[in-house]
Amino acid sequence: MQPSIRDLIKKNKSKSSSVNITERVMPIILLLMASFSILVTIAIVFTLLRETIMFFTVVPIWDFLTGTEWFPFFGNDPSYGIWPLVSGTFTIAAIAMIVAVPLGLSSAIYLSEYASEKKRKIIKPILEVLAGVPTVVYGLFALTFVTPLLQVFIPSLPIFNALSPGIVVGIMIIPQVTSLSQEAMNAVPQAMRDGALALGATRLEVALKIVIPGSFSGIVSSLVLALSRAIGETMIVATAAGSTPRLGFNPTESIQTMTAYIVQVSMGDATFGSTIYYSIYAVGMMLFLFTLLMNIIASYFARKYREVY
Amino acid sequence: METKELTKSVYSVTDFNLWYGQTHALKNISLDIPHKQVTAIIGPSGCGKSTFIKTLNRMVELVPSVRMEGSIKYQDRDIFGAGSNVESLRTEVGMVFQKPNPFPKSIYDNIAYGPRIHGVKDKTILNEVVEKSLKGAALWEEVKDRLNENAFGLSGGQQQRLCIARALAVEPDVILMDEPTSALDPLSTAKVEDLIQELKQNYSIIIVTHNMQQAARISDKTAFFLNGEVIEFDATEKMYSNPQDKRTDDYISGKFG
Repeated sequence: MQPSIRDLIKKNKSKSSSVNITERVMPIILLLMASFSILVTIAIVFTLLRETIMFFTVVPIWDFLTGTEWFPFFGNDPSYGIWPLVSGTFTIAAIAMIVAVPLGLSSAIYLSEYASEKKRKIIKPILEVLAGVPTVVYGLFALTFVTPLLQVFIPSLPIFNALSPGIVVGIMIIPQVTSLSQEAMNAVPQAMRDGALALGATRLEVALKIVIPGSFSGIVSSLVLALSRAIGETMIVATAAGSTPRLGFNPTESIQTMTAYIVQVSMGDATFGSTIYYSIYAVGMMLFLFTLLMNIIASYFARKYREVY
Repeated sequence: METKELTKSVYSVTDFNLWYGQTHALKNISLDIPHKQVTAIIGPSGCGKSTFIKTLNRMVELVPSVRMEGSIKYQDRDIFGAGSNVESLRTEVGMVFQKPNPFPKSIYDNIAYGPRIHGVKDKTILNEVVEKSLKGAALWEEVKDRLNENAFGLSGGQQQRLCIARALAVEPDVILMDEPTSALDPLSTAKVEDLIQELKQNYSIIIVTHNMQQAARISDKTAFFLNGEVIEFDATEKMYSNPQDKRTDDYISGKFG
């Protein structure tokens, strides 16, 4: 006769003290795993901070924060005013958002509210491919395709300019805007749409007056995350935007972003321990503070406009 | 004589068939639904009663694989006809769903939503509509001091009456109710039932219900659906006291379903 299940369970329970040990040890291991990324973040901030402080012992912080000229390579009389790099970064980010917001949100609305299941299954993987293209490829695309194309319309456009990489950074962040916004829109319950449709609302009215308000926090955080990616984007701007730190927001000129400056110096223009070497940490710190600020804004919006169903 | 007969029914359904993909969900339905009365649709789960009521305001078309045949006339107009506009049909035929589904907005904005999407912007008119609709749904006294609070703060029963008020705000002729009390407690259910009795003075009401006692309490006519067919359609009193079909009798007396 077979032993009853109850007996089998009892037997297994009693012999397996190893199960109990696993149960006790696992949370500790998992906690260690989770602490790892936190520790790394702290280490990064610490390194940044230490080298940044070194930089500020040579260059007064006030000059750094208020200066409007960035000429670190002027041997005898270098100037370290961050604003040209900041304005370059924001020129790129602004162009990128002008491209990505309308295209990304329209695609999200289409995918979430109009596309049939079949179309969604075709379009989503294509978008994901776009998200998987290495940024160096985007950089080449900007330099060798978009810039010549733009020169057809703007003959005076120099080969290195802000416009072309700005547009390409925008293209790069479209998939992120689309997929995060679409997820937020999908989370709006069908019952809300039904309620509006049953009152005689058209699909467009449902999209604009029910779905978008209902997913507003998700949409805004997807946009802010995309913006922080645009600010942090390196390869495309280093390839196609040139290396001319210039205060102003003229997209048809060669500029330099914070990230591109860090690349330029890291590629070997500076000796270890020199002021220029330390300057990249100060610039990196600025960049870190900007993206941190963006993330704080994103989570603020996410909380403020969250609609609970 | 014949036109008089026709105007008395708000919907007239003839030989209507509906498929979801391969599934034949509604089979040869022919019904005349009377004007300004309560018509109950009863039957076990999966008999097609919800599908049928969603067909009446064309909400069923949201299901991608749906296919239909036959004719449904709403006040003598073919609802699937070339000249028929689905948005205007839905303003004349309101709907209340199984689970209360207020929008995540204030009580006021919930009621004003319908008039607003149809272009009513005047504040005074909107204020009047909101008050009138809430009174019509017997909710005004409970919420008049907190119209600007979020509708999600209301109880389930209040939310469902809010949804009824929201449907009333666009001044429909018909109100479709898809098991409107199935998510409510008995007290809230009683309130909604009382409300339905009042509403039938001015509106034609078609209500799907799982609850046979409810159908008996509130309806004038009842249709019994089984496996996508109408087995019996008659005055409620007659159907409950003297059902013509054996299956109706079995269902009403609780032998199945």
